[in-house]
Parts: sequence; structure tokens; C-alpha cells
Amino acid sequence: MPSEFALFPQRASTIAGSVDALYFFLVGVSLFFTVLIFAMVFGFAIKYRRRSEEELPRPIDGSMRLEVMWTVIPFILTMVMFAWGATLYLRNSRPPDGSLEVYVVGKQWMWKLQHPEGQREINQLHVPVNVPVRLIMTSEDVIHSFFVPAFRIKQDVLPGRYTTQWFQATRPGEYHLFCAEYCGNQHSGMIGTVTVLGAVEYENWLGGGASGESMASTGERLFQQLGCSGCHRSDAAGRGPALEGVFNAPVKLETGETVIADEPYIRESILNPRAKVVVGFRPIMPTFAGQVSEESILQLIAYIKTLARADRSKR
Amino acid sequence: MSTAVTETPAPPLESREHYLNVHYGVKSWLLTTDHKRIALLYLVTITLFFFVGGAFAVLMRLELMTPRGDLVQAETYNKLFTMHGLIMVFFFLIPSIPAVLGNFLVPMMIGARDLAFPKLNLLSWYIFVAGGTLALVSAISGGVDTGWTFYTPYSSTYSNTHVIVMGLGVFIAGFSSILTGLNFIVTIHTMRAPGLTWFRLPLFIWSTYATSLIIILGTPVLAITIVLLALERLLRVGIFDPALGGDPILFQHMFWFYSHPAVYIMILPGMGVISELVTAFSRKRVFGYSFVAFASLAIAVLGFLVWGHHMFVSSQSVYAGLVFSVLSFMVAIPSAVKVFNWTATLYRGSISYQTPMLYAFGFIGLFTLGGLTGLFLASLAIDVHVTDTYFVVAHFHYIMVGGMVMAYLGGIHYWWPKISGRMYPEVWARFSALVIFAGFNLTFFPQFILGYLGMPRRYWAYPEEFQVLNVMSTAGASILGLGYLIPMIYLVWSMRYGRPAPDNPWRATGLEWTTPSPPPTENFDAPPIVTEEAYTYSKEEPELV
Repeated sequence: MPSEFALFPQRASTIAGSVDALYFFLVGVSLFFTVLIFAMVFGFAIKYRRRSEEELPRPIDGSMRLEVMWTVIPFILTMVMFAWGATLYLRNSRPPDGSLEVYVVGKQWMWKLQHPEGQREINQLHVPVNVPVRLIMTSEDVIHSFFVPAFRIKQDVLPGRYTTQWFQATRPGEYHLFCAEYCGNQHSGMIGTVTVLGAVEYENWLGGGASGESMASTGERLFQQLGCSGCHRSDAAGRGPALEGVFNAPVKLETGETVIADEPYIRESILNPRAKVVVGFRPIMPTFAGQVSEESILQLIAYIKTLARADRSKR
Repeated sequence: MSTAVTETPAPPLESREHYLNVHYGVKSWLLTTDHKRIALLYLVTITLFFFVGGAFAVLMRLELMTPRGDLVQAETYNKLFTMHGLIMVFFFLIPSIPAVLGNFLVPMMIGARDLAFPKLNLLSWYIFVAGGTLALVSAISGGVDTGWTFYTPYSSTYSNTHVIVMGLGVFIAGFSSILTGLNFIVTIHTMRAPGLTWFRLPLFIWSTYATSLIIILGTPVLAITIVLLALERLLRVGIFDPALGGDPILFQHMFWFYSHPAVYIMILPGMGVISELVTAFSRKRVFGYSFVAFASLAIAVLGFLVWGHHMFVSSQSVYAGLVFSVLSFMVAIPSAVKVFNWTATLYRGSISYQTPMLYAFGFIGLFTLGGLTGLFLASLAIDVHVTDTYFVVAHFHYIMVGGMVMAYLGGIHYWWPKISGRMYPEVWARFSALVIFAGFNLTFFPQFILGYLGMPRRYWAYPEEFQVLNVMSTAGASILGLGYLIPMIYLVWSMRYGRPAPDNPWRATGLEWTTPSPPPTENFDAPPIVTEEAYTYSKEEPELV
């Protein structure tokens, strides 16, 4: 983590370089126009300064050619900026397949993170270098925002829904993690560190944790404890749909719609089961709102994801 | 215009009846329906708010001298930036040029005796004062800590501060804006002097008209948003808080649907003032009149379609982000057109460097920087990195303080002889304009660098490596604060001791300069008739370039 005075941020993710390139293009264009306008204003102001009180310059109406020129050229330039920025944004919005997943819960005023292997961290995130990492994030209270300047990433973290973002760190080291959305009293204290480790160090760090239980195992335990397993049976004879292979697969609803059973869908189905009922089933599941924490829901999701994988490997 | 521009030696102010001495006493001011007196009521009120909001900023900058939070508590700091934003936006910037200069000038520039609805105009001021009083009550009784953006569910569920009182203040003040906007629109449509066609109007009128359109279309949405927020906060009706079944992003859409156009409410009138200043001090017709005029309307229309650029990282859909990004780039074009036309107006002009023109130069430079840095924020991939950092803080201060406040001060100096009947001291005025320009840049330029480095806004304490730039910013803010105090002192001084102003000290065109300084209550002795375009300084045939 830098503690020295600097004028430019560290660059430690795969996208940082491309964001900076666009930034420098914009700085270049801005410098050009700033110098141009300043030179013209000062140049004209000096050259055409009033020499006598009676002076009356000859009026100039305007110039269609100039008007067109200074409408069209900035327009083209801004469209280049738009296309460039949008391309990067679209590319950065899609995580690569096989990303490592980390679950993030923001609350006033701390970041709680859990790795699928079970390690929990507070205001700390350890990730391996050169591996894409996808963050699945939610908040327990107000809106927060997960911001790592060295990676050039930021995404608001909202209560009541999941947002995601991803990065691939390129350089081992420690980097600032900031909350960027004002969230109350200790907003500026909701900061932490992202530690990027080499592959070996990361394995050691994973192994060194005392947690023992993976998120999926915790989820499985919850799945039994909460009684989910009573209805969501794997033999398809239960009162609820079987969950094997359901994750990220299309699900047909009573309404005729088809939705993808992604993280937000599963979360909604736990908290508000009657919102989107699977075709062929009756809306009899009770809500679990207030009984499960955001972290428990994430553990349940992690468990359901393993069901998906197990089923797919069988095929 | 029709009346010949002649410099008559000013008669002693006391010997002639004008709007300032026609009546005396507090009652004559509090019950006036004269648009010029109402303008002065606003001037006094918003100056008060400016110094209150400024005091909050001083405390913030002092706190940020050191990385650790040590001068005030975190809670206090959060209230300081919230109150600074709320007071400056709703009780200074939005009313600044429209309510002070607009009130004073719209009837005079179009050759009318008053606004269309003089009593409504006075009512607008009372409504504004009522809203402002509530805001001050909220500040004194403990303040608000939600940020001026009132984001939910923090504001509706979690904050323990006086959100409702402040919200009510803003809600009420909004009606003052709406009524003023309505008054301007009706006045401009129906009360123009004979011969004053739309394309002979001074550009200040065009920009005031465009501003009024935004005000009457946008402000009701703000009012609705505040009512919904209050319903959720007081009655727990689930609208924005997901715990109650609401959607926090809905709030952001509604808030920015007003508040982004509000940025144009805060800059368009400034652009109108600059068009007046640049022409007057180069004694030349504005370059590309119709392009400058229509650029105002284009900004007003496009300004309503770009609000989503505040929400690129909010979890708004990626495709919505693309649309808002392209539209945000497009709204930059009419602003660029204006800057180019002002610059071209200087070409072969007769340029003098009186204080109002120094402010106009300052405006062009700072607005250019503010506008260009807006492109960074319209650009999706860069916005992800810099949104909610000091980059944004710097950007909008370049527009609102570097742009609007410079234009406002330039306008106040330019029309001061007309308003007060006295000249301000030129040397002091030039000096303070330079101090303000220097102080402003030292305050806000380092914040661009801080923002790209990643310092989030609204941080009470921050990592040590950001200190140098923050100290620079604080140093600049103290210079800036001093710069603002100087005009405050000499303008008050000049009301009594300034040299009496001639009717047209700048030898400018425009109907307001054809009446005595200060004008009589009825503005014009006889209704003026207009036979020329605006800014006809020379009778020569216009040159084609």
C-alpha cells in the first residue's frame, strides 16, 4: 500500500492499463482544447485591446463554416470517447469463465468477506495474482460501494440485491479498499486492504485458515437445519423443485416466463418464495426473511452451486 | 437600440426620484412589488446563505488539513458537507442569477415596467425565505447528515438527523423557483417592447427563458421525490427501502431526474451573463447569435436525458449506462459551441479589462476545464474509477463555482452601477477577481489529482499519502474565502461612498442602459421601441467571415 505522496495511482489489475490509456487520451484532448481556448482568449484580449475610448469595431455576424466545424469536430471526438469508454465498460462488465468467487457483505461500517473454501475476512481480502476474481456483493443496511483504486474498479453494494464485479490482479502487494458511497457516521472508516499474493503464498494462506468448513458445507448444514431438504429433495418427489443442476440454468415459471436461476433468483426465492414460482409447483413455501442472514443466504447459494456441479459432472 | 447612447453627467442621486428612494422604511421593502426591490431582497438573502454555506466549507477544509479526523467529530463533518451542499445548491446557486439578476433585468431588458405577476414575485421571495428558514432551523437544531443527495435507505431509515425539516425546506423553496420561472416565461412571452422580436432579445433573456423551462418542468419531480422520502421516513411506506419492499435505485433515478437538470439551472443563467459581458467589453455583436441562443435550448432539452450518468456504478443496467453515456457526451456539444462563440466574439473586438470582463475571462477558462472534465465522467470506463471521488467534487465545483459564481460576480459588478447608482472601486475589484481566480484553482485543481488517485469524497479521515494535495486545497480555500470577502466589503462601501454612476458607464447596448441609474420605479419614462438587433454597437454593415 502506498503511503508516500504520489500523483498517479498504482496500476495492479488487467484493466487498469486500458482505463489509464483512455484517461490519457482524454487528458490529451482536454489539454489541447484548454491551451487553444486560453491562447485565443489571451491572444485576442491583448491583440484587440481597446486603444481609444471612441473605438467601435466593425461587427461580425458569425460564420456558418466555423459553427459547423466546431460542432462537428467535438462531436466526432466525443463519439470516439464514448465508443472507447463503452467498449471497455462492456468488456469489464463480463467476468471470465472460471473466476474465483468471493462473497462480500457490506454493513455499517465494515466489509465482511467469505471465500468458498470457508475463510472469512473482515476489511481484508486475500486474492491470488493473475487469477480472475468475481465478487458477489450485498449489503445488510444502506448502500455501500466497493472501490479498489489500484484496480480501477468500483461497484455499489446494495441492500436487497446482489451486485457483482470482477478483477484480475497483476501484481502482488497491498492495495486500498475504500467504501465509496456515503454510508453514515464512519463512512471514512469503512476501508480495508486487498492483499494480492503469489500462487504459492495464496495456497499457503488458504490452508492456514482455521475455519475448516467450506461455504458449501456450511450451506449444506443450513439446508438441513432450516428444513429446506424436506421439500427440495433430490429424487424429485418433494413438494418443491429439486435443486440439482438448477444453478445458472433456465427455469420455467408458473407465469410462462423463463428465468435464469442465478444468485439473485435464488436469494429472492428464499426471501420471497411466491414471487417467481416454478411451473408445476404450488406457492406453499414460507418466507425465510428475518430467519437467515445475508451471509447464510450466500452460504446456501454456495451449496446450491455445488449441487449444480455435481449433477453436471454425472452427465 | 433606439435611444441614442449618450453619456450624460449624472445628477446627484438624492435630487432625483428612483426605485431606491421612492419609499423608505422596512415596510416599503417587505411589501414591495417592484421587481428591482425584490431582486435586492434576494440579493441580501442569498448573500447570507452564501456566507453560511461558505462557513461550513471553511470548517471542512480545516478538518481535511490532516489525514486523521481531529478537528471535528465524524458526525459533525458529515453534517458540514451535507449542509454546505444543500445550502449552496438550493439556497444560493439555484436562486443566484435568476432571482437576483433575472428579477432585476428581465423587465428592464425587454422594456417592461415589471414582471407579469409582481405580487406573485413577492410571494416567491416569501416562500424562499420560509424554505430557507426551515433549512436554517434544521441546521441550528442539529443538522442533517445524509449528503445533499439524500440517498435512500440511509436518509429514509438509518439517519437520525433532521431530514424531514431540511427536506421540507427544500420542498418549499422549490415552489419559489417554480413561481419565478413561470413569471419569467409569461413575462418574456407577453411583455416585450414593440419591435423586440425573439431574435433581437439579449442572450441573457434566452438563457433565463431556457432556465425557467427547466425549473418548471424539473422542480415538481424534486417535490414529489421529497414527499415520497418523507412518507417512507415518517410512515414507513415502502418506496425506496428494500427492507420495506422498496427500491433504493428508484430514488436515485427520481433525484437525478431533477438534480442533473438543476446543474443546468445553475449554469445556463451564468452563460447568459457571460454573453452580455463579452459583447459589452468587446463592443461587438456576439459571434453566431442564433447558435448561442439555440445552444441554451439544446442544453435545456438534452439536460433532461442524461441523469443516469450519475448511476453508472449503481447497478443500473449496462445498456442504460451506454445510452446515458452517449447522451451525456452530446450535451457537451452545445456548451462547447458557446465557448467557441464567446472566444470568436473577442476576435477584432475592442476589448477592455474592467472587472466584469476579468470575471468573464475567468468563467471561460474555468468553465472550459469544468466542461472538459465532464467528458471524463461521461466516459463509462473512466467514470467507474472516478465517480464518488474528489474528481467529481473538483469537476462540479469548476462548473458551479468556477462557472456560475464567477458569472454571478461578473454580473453583479457589471450591473452594480445600475442597481445601486454607484460605481464600485475598480482597483479593488480587479484585485479581488484575480485573488478569487487564483484561490479557486489552488483549491480545486489538486482535487482532480486526488480523485484519480482514488480518494473518495465525503471522507472525514483519509490515508496519509493524500495529505499534500489536501493541504494545497485548504490553502487555496483560505485565499478563495478572502477573495469573496473583499467584494462583500467594497460593494457595501460603494453604496454610500462610491462615485455616482452615469446611466451607461460601459457604453453598452441594451435597454437597461437607456434608463437612469438607478432606474425609476417604472423603469422607463416612456415605453421603448426597439428597431435593432441586440448588441448593435456599430452601425457598419456586419462583416461576413
